[in-house]
Parts: sequence; C-alpha cells; structure tokens
Amino acid sequence: MSAAETSAPPAAAVLRAEHVTKEFGGLVAVADVSFDVPQYSIVSLIGPNGAGKTTLFNMLTGLYRPTQGRIFLGDRNITRSRPDVITGHGVARTFQNIRLFGAMTAVENVMIGHHARMRAGVFGSVIRPPRVRREERETRERARELLAYVGLPGTVFDRLSSQLSYGDQRRVELARALAAEPSVLLLDEPTAGMNPRESAALTEFMRKLRDELKLTILLIEHDMKVVMGVSERVTVLDHGRKIAEGQPGEVRTDPRVIEAYLGKQD
Amino acid sequence: MSGWRARLLTWPEAAAGRLPVRGSRALAGFFIVVGIVLPFFFGQTSGFLNATIIAIAYAVMSLGLNVVVGFAGLLDLGYVAFYALGAYSVGWFASGFFFKLNIHVLVSPVASTLPGIHLNFILVLIGAALICAAAGVVIGLPTLRLRGDYIAIVTLAFGEIIGTLAVNGQSIHVGGGMTLTAGNLGISAVDQPYFPGLRFNLLNLRPWYWLIFAILLFVLFVNLRLRDSRLGRAWVALREDEVAAVSMGIPAVKTKLLAYSIGAAFGGMSGAFFGTYFTVVNAAQFQFGFSIFILAMVIIGGLGSIWGAVVGGLALGYINNYLIPDVLNNLPSRFGLHFQLTQVEFGIFGFLLVIMMLLRPQGLIPERRRQLELTAEIAAEDAQLAEAPGGAGSTT
Repeated sequence: MSAAETSAPPAAAVLRAEHVTKEFGGLVAVADVSFDVPQYSIVSLIGPNGAGKTTLFNMLTGLYRPTQGRIFLGDRNITRSRPDVITGHGVARTFQNIRLFGAMTAVENVMIGHHARMRAGVFGSVIRPPRVRREERETRERARELLAYVGLPGTVFDRLSSQLSYGDQRRVELARALAAEPSVLLLDEPTAGMNPRESAALTEFMRKLRDELKLTILLIEHDMKVVMGVSERVTVLDHGRKIAEGQPGEVRTDPRVIEAYLGKQD
Repeated sequence: MSGWRARLLTWPEAAAGRLPVRGSRALAGFFIVVGIVLPFFFGQTSGFLNATIIAIAYAVMSLGLNVVVGFAGLLDLGYVAFYALGAYSVGWFASGFFFKLNIHVLVSPVASTLPGIHLNFILVLIGAALICAAAGVVIGLPTLRLRGDYIAIVTLAFGEIIGTLAVNGQSIHVGGGMTLTAGNLGISAVDQPYFPGLRFNLLNLRPWYWLIFAILLFVLFVNLRLRDSRLGRAWVALREDEVAAVSMGIPAVKTKLLAYSIGAAFGGMSGAFFGTYFTVVNAAQFQFGFSIFILAMVIIGGLGSIWGAVVGGLALGYINNYLIPDVLNNLPSRFGLHFQLTQVEFGIFGFLLVIMMLLRPQGLIPERRRQLELTAEIAAEDAQLAEAPGGAGSTT
C-alpha cells in the first residue's frame, strides 16, 4: 500500500474519483478528473458535447477501465471491478439512449434489475423449492410496485418495452435501475426528449427519490433549468478536463464555464 | 403482401401458448400418455419406430443447442463436439474398450463377466452430462469472452478439434496398450442399457423408444423451468443488450458459461443414447455438417422456442431418417431420373432452410417474445402502407 492509499477518502463521499484518466488510442477522453459525490446529495455533471461525461459514467460503472486513477465507492476501491460487481455493491444507472431489453415486458425488465439481489441458481431454478418460488414472486411484486412508483400506467406493465412510448421507456429504465436497490444512482441525461413540464416533474421526482429511498444521485444533464434546480453541487467538464466545480450559483457565473459553452469573447 | 404475412405469423399462436395453466397441464398429460403408448401401434422393429427414436434424440440435441443459440444468443457452430463426447462416454464407460480394466457397476449378468468398464446406462448418462458440462466450461471460458461472430468461429474450431481428436485418438496411448479412441474403426460392442424388466436389443425397439422419450421429457422439463427463471431472464437480457445486462448486475461470462455447459450436457445425453443405440462409437459420425444440421433444427423450429426446438428436431429427424430414405427415395426414378433422394439430402435441407427463411423466418413455432416483436413491427408497417395511398390520393 502506497502513501496515497492511506489517505482514505472521507466517509462522507460515497462515490469518489481520484485523478481519473481515460485514453482511447491517442484520444484522451477524460483527463485527470477528481471529484466527490457526498452521501444523499444530488450532483450534476455538465459540459458541452464530447466533454467526456458519459465516458466518466462508464468508468464509474465499470464498463470502461480507467487508464489511470482510482475510483472509490465508500471505502471500496472499484477501479478494476466488473460492471455487474459494481452494481452488486450498490451503483445503478440509466443510459443516454434508453437501453431496455426490447423483447421483454416492462415488468421483466425491472425484474432483471433485481438480478444481483436474487439467489436462485441452476438447480434452484429447475427444482423450484419454496424459497425460489417466494423469491420469484416477491421480485415480480416489487417490480410492479416500482413501476407504479415511477408512474407507469398499470395497463402497460405486461407490454413489451419496445412497444412503450418514449416517456414510458424512460420510466421503465429508471424503475429497472431502482430494482437493483442501489445506494448511488447514475442518470445519464434523464430529461432528454422531455418537454419543460415533464422535466420539472422529473426534477421533483429526483428529490423524492433521494429522500424516500435514501439515494445519492449523480446525473449528466444538459437542461440548465434542471441542473440549477436540483443539484447541490455541479462539476463541469470540457475536453475531458474538469474546469469548474461548486454550487450551481458559483458555477453559472464562472468565466471558464461560460467560455466553454459560449466560446471565448474577444 | 402484408395480409398473408400477418396470417403466416400468427397461425400457431391460436393453438399454443395462450392456453390457461390447467388446460396446458391436461394437454401435456395427454401428450405424455400418447407418447408412451405410441410404440404399440407399430411393429417392434418397424422403420418408422426407428426413425422416431432417432428423431426424438435429435430433438433432445436441438433443445440443448436452443439453450445456447436461442436463449443466450451465442452462435455455436461446434455443437457436434458434445455429441462426440457423449457418445465416447458410452464407448469408454460401457464397453470392453478399456480391456485392461475390470469395473462393473449395476450391469447385466452378461456384461459383468466381460473385461473393460461397464457402468449402468443411467450412470453413463449422468457421466456424459457432467463430462460435457465440464468440457463446455473449458471450451467456453476462452470463447465466451468474445462477441458475436467470433464466438461462432471459435466454437467451429473447437468442434473440428474434437472431431480430429476422435479420429486420431487411436494413436493416443493411455497406458497398457489402450488408446483414447478407436478412430474410424469405431468402439464397437457397446453395452445395451440394462434395466431389470426391460430387454434392450435390436429385435424390439420399444424399450429404446421409452428410454429416449424419458430423456426428452427430462430435458424438456429442465428447459421449461430454466426459461421462466432468473437464469432464463438473464440469458434473454444478455442476448438483447449485453451492456445494459452487465450494468444491471448480470455477470456476463458466468451466465453465458452456464448456458453453454447446460446446452452441452443435453447434447452429451443425446450423444450417449446414440452411442448405445447404434452400438458403435465411430469417429466418422462427428462431422461439421452435423453441427449445422442441429442448428437447422433450432432455426426451423424457431430460435429460442422450446416447442420449436422439439418440432424442428422431430421434423428434420423424420425427413432425414424416414421420409427421404424410406418413402420418397425412389421418387426421381419414377420421373426417369437416375439418382436417389438420399444422394441429394443436403440439397433438400438447404432448400427447406431457404424456403423457411423466405416464408417464415421466425420458425415454425416462434418464441413468444420474438413473435410479439415481429407482429408489432409488421403491424406498424401495415399502418404505414395503409396511410401511404390515402396520403398520395389526397394530394391529387
């Protein structure tokens, strides 16, 4: 263990990235980014297109391995963990372009989210002892509850997810992430394609999620109204680098942020 | 154009899949009873009964491959490897092949006096399943880290390796003058199954039929249970979108390995049956073409569909072992053509596959999921087509 290892992250930061870098060949998508997500907070990750936000998300969830740097979930180093293991530790996510399992119903999609919390193995699945039956029944019930919780109309619970409307697909994806019983929820552009009223409702809902389910939420967002309205902290990326960090009000007036979004003023 | 397509897509669903639970239980019971009494309607050595036995064994393999290709979406072109391993399990553990050894467990009085390893067929069956499941893990571990077409290529290579190993195994010495396989000479005089009360020999095919029917029921049961389980859902999720699946906590390699080795175990069970039924385990049986043949059963039946795999296996089994050789073989000569149908059977299968892909690409009995997806797409297409002429008309 090196000297850097002993400086354990403070307990308050539930998710923490330390000097994380990701290179694809010669392209540096994320360069030396460090940031904390405090427990029970809502933190936004913003920046222009191609700033490396989704790449950072993919590293936090284990889909990509950082070229350099470390990622901690609580005290646990998850830098080199597999995505399914990280989900098992309590990190769940949604995707920018909704990635539901199109050939499965809304309920089945949400049941998949609960996979890591279920125990049934091959023999249990074949023999189906009472324990497995109960687990299966409870998972199904829980999935229906979650779908109702995120506001999906009960009439479409058993419809294929590919046949749902765009807004309903977003809801199913959120319910699927919640089914993993996460402590940290990562939302990649949750309001994409929503009208202002729906965005406002979702903003409200994120607060409700945080308070009722004791969640910590990290979101990538382009809608500044949502960002300013919901987040306690904002981290700004540009060209893979962190250029600003702080409370929404501070970040909004930061000249570097304005420059990144609007270009340099001559 | 769209009308007949929609009709073709929906015809079997009225009959299958929509029945209430009690109804489907009664139906299952009915089919099991019919299955059990079926051989009494045919002679003890009838060609049709022989074809039925082989067709059911094909259906078992088709069910196994369906777990891999249909459920988990892993294109396996080397499935013949597990047929081979299953058959060799019988060759090794239920014959006089390892003549220096003397191991007998629960076998007939005759077999227990012979040298070699002679285990009861049930033990061999379990052994074959375990050996193939283990081989599935060994082959799968390096293979299943790959994606898509690469899996197909590497499994194809492993199928060829096992086939070549079977041929050249006669030069691999395992000590005491014994070799690993008998190559193209074949391991012959494989034991017939021994159960008190049933006489297995080639003068009465009925016990063989009941044996393979029981294996089919077992494999069907396991398949149905797995499909509607945590594991079955995980396979479909991985097939649909691997990135989303692993992000939801599904361990990709482990889950795929399970599909691969369970599919392998079923192939091994069927292979073990073939080994004892043909009483010889010959390396020439394990050709690449057989992998494709089983794959054709799965595709014709309907990828991912359990009943489709059974129907596909039975259909190709009957066509291959009854319709072409026994019924239609001399058809060309009636038209003054100088060949027999058995000479062009691969051409016939290819033709059937092409016809299927054109008319019913989702298979004879499609999986419920794919069915719903396809009909939804076609309904959307139809809606567009219906709108288009109206829209064009209004502008004139």
